Amino acid sequence: MEGGKMRKRMLICLSLLLVVPGLLFFTSCAKKTVQSEPAMTQQPQVQPEPAQDDAAAKLAAEKARQEELARKKAIEEERLQAEAAEREAMAAKNMFVNEDIYFDFDSYVLTGVAQDILMRKAQWLRVNPDASVTIEGHCDERGTNEYNLALGDKRAEIVKAYLVNLGIDAGRLPTISYGEERPVDTGHNEEAWAKNRRAHFVVD
Amino acid sequence: MIAGYKRKAVCLTGVLILFYLMSGVGRADYTYINISNPFLRKVPIAIPVFKNLSENSVDARMARQAADMLSDALEFTGYFKVLDRGAFLIKPGLMAIKMPEINFKNWTAIGSELLITGAYSIHDNQLEIELRLFDTFKEKLLVGKRYKGGKNDRRKMIHRFCGEVIFLLTGKHGLFNSKIAFVSTGSGNKEIYACEFDGYHPEQITRTKHITLSPAWSSDNKWIAYTSFLNGKPDLFIRNLRQKRGSIVARKGINATPAWVPGKFSLAATLSFSGDQEIYLLTGSGKIIKRLTYSRGIDVSPSFSPDGKQMAFVSQRGGTPQIYIKHLQTGQVTRLTFEGRYNTQPSWSPAGDKIAYSAMEDGHVNIRVINTDGRGVMQLTRDAGNNECPTWSPDASMIAFSSTREGLSRIYVMTAYGTEQRRLLTLPGEQSNPQWSSIIANN
Repeated sequence: MEGGKMRKRMLICLSLLLVVPGLLFFTSCAKKTVQSEPAMTQQPQVQPEPAQDDAAAKLAAEKARQEELARKKAIEEERLQAEAAEREAMAAKNMFVNEDIYFDFDSYVLTGVAQDILMRKAQWLRVNPDASVTIEGHCDERGTNEYNLALGDKRAEIVKAYLVNLGIDAGRLPTISYGEERPVDTGHNEEAWAKNRRAHFVVD
Repeated sequence: MIAGYKRKAVCLTGVLILFYLMSGVGRADYTYINISNPFLRKVPIAIPVFKNLSENSVDARMARQAADMLSDALEFTGYFKVLDRGAFLIKPGLMAIKMPEINFKNWTAIGSELLITGAYSIHDNQLEIELRLFDTFKEKLLVGKRYKGGKNDRRKMIHRFCGEVIFLLTGKHGLFNSKIAFVSTGSGNKEIYACEFDGYHPEQITRTKHITLSPAWSSDNKWIAYTSFLNGKPDLFIRNLRQKRGSIVARKGINATPAWVPGKFSLAATLSFSGDQEIYLLTGSGKIIKRLTYSRGIDVSPSFSPDGKQMAFVSQRGGTPQIYIKHLQTGQVTRLTFEGRYNTQPSWSPAGDKIAYSAMEDGHVNIRVINTDGRGVMQLTRDAGNNECPTWSPDASMIAFSSTREGLSRIYVMTAYGTEQRRLLTLPGEQSNPQWSSIIANN
C-alpha cells in the first residue's frame, strides 16, 4: 500500500513539476498574446480575426476611406478655388494690360472714357501693390516722327499723372515714348490711326 | 555697336594746278548761273569722252566711265543740260582737249555754252587726270586742273573738279564732297546709314538692332548724334565716327532730336527729364550747358542758323505745333509759321535766308520753305504722298527729303526751288530722316 501511496505522490509531484512550469509557460504566453492584442486591432485588415471583429474593421475601413475622399475633395476644391482666383487675377491683369486708352489726333488730353479706364487701372494697382507698370505712349504715323516722340512722351506722362493723382506711387509707374515707331495696326487709314494713338500698359 | 566707319582715306598724292584762270574771266562780267533763280535756265554743257594719254590702251572703258561720272555729278546739281554725245560734230578719236587745237565753232554750233575736256593716263597704278572747263562762245579756258592719285581715287578727283566748276560758276563751294545720313529699315530695325551726296555707296553706320532715329552731323562731319532705343528707351548717342568713342545721354524720358551748333563741339537736343519736353544746349560729351526753351508743352527739333546765333524749333505753345525762332543772345522768341495747324521739322538753310519745314494740311505732309522773316512761303512738294524731313545741301542749292510718293518711304532730292524731284537711292526696306552733312574737309 505504502508503495502505492508513494507512487501516487510521486505522480502528483511529477505532474506538478510538469504542470506548473506548463502553467507558467502558458501564462507567459497568454500575457504575450494580451500584449499583442492592441496591435492586432489596429491593423484589422492584416490579421484574420474572428467574424465579429471583421465586420467592425470593415466599417472602420469604409469610414477611413470616406474621410480620405472628403479630404481629397477638400484639397481639390481648394485647388480649384485657388485656380479660379488666379484666373480671375489673370483676367484682371490681362484686362489691365490689354485695355489701352486712346487719344485724339495731336492730343494728349484724357477723354472721359480714358479717365474711366484709368480709374479701373488704379483699382487694380491698389489690389496689386507690388506691381510696377510701364506706361508706353504711342502715336499714329501721321505727322513727323521727332514730334511724335515728344507727343508719345506727353501721352505717357499725362496718364502717369492721372494715376498718381488717384494715389498710386509714381515710383511704380515708369514711362516710355515710342512715338510712331510701334503701331499695333500698320494700316494707313483712320481706323488704324485711332488704334495707334494710345497709351499701353506693361506689367513689369 | 557702331560699325567701323569705312571712309577710305583718299590721299591724292598731289594736286597740281596746271592752269590758271584766264585774266578777265570772272563771275563778275558774265553770269553763267543766275543765283536769284539758278534753275530757270539750264546751262548747256558738252562733256566728250576723255582722252587716254597712256602709251598702252589699258582700261579704255575708263574714257567713257570717267566722262559719265563727271556728267552725272554736274547734272545732279540741276544747273546744267548735258548735251547728248551723239550730236557732237567731232569724232571721239579726233577730239582736241586744249587750246588752241579746239575748234570752238564745233561746240557752239550744237548749242553748247560750256565744254569740259578730260584726259587721263595710268602709270604703275597711278592715275593722272587733267580736266579743263571752257567757255565756248568766248573761246576761253575758265579753269584747268590736273589730279594725281591711285586708280580708286577717280571719283574723288572728278568730284573735286566738279567743285571747282560750281565754285567758278556760282561762287559757292558745291556739294560734291558731302554725305547724306538717313534711317533705313533694311536690316529689320531702323538703323542709321550714310551715302555720298548722289546716293552712291550707302553704308550702315549703326547696328543697334533697336529703333534708331534722327541722325545729326557735327559741322566737321566727325561726329554723329542720334536717338536709339538700344537700352530700352530713347537715349541720345553722340559718336565719333572714326574713333569709336562717344557718350550717351540717358536721362529719364526722351533724349531726342539732336542738332549741332555750327562750328562748335556742342549740340542742342530735346530732353524730358523734367516731365516736360524742353530743348537744352549740351556739350559734345552730353553735359547740359543750359536750357534753351521755357514753355509748358512740347518743344522739340532744334535747327541752328549758320552763324549759330539763332535757333529754329517746334513748339506747341500756341496750341498746335508751329515753328519758332529763338535769338540766343537776346532770348527773344518769335513765331515763324502761321499757315496751317501742323508745321514741324525746321531745317535752316546753310545760306541763312530760308527755313525748310514739313507742313501738314488736309492729312498730307509737304515740304515748304519760308524766309526767316516769315514771308515768302513756298510749297515745294504736292500731290505725291507724304513728304517729310527736308535737309539742305551744304551749298543750299538742293534739298533732300523723304517721300511716300511711290508707296514705301524713300529718300528724294530736289533743287531748292522744288524742281527736278527724283529718288536718291533704293535700298531694301524703307528710308527716312535724311540729314545732309557739311562738305567733308579734304584730307
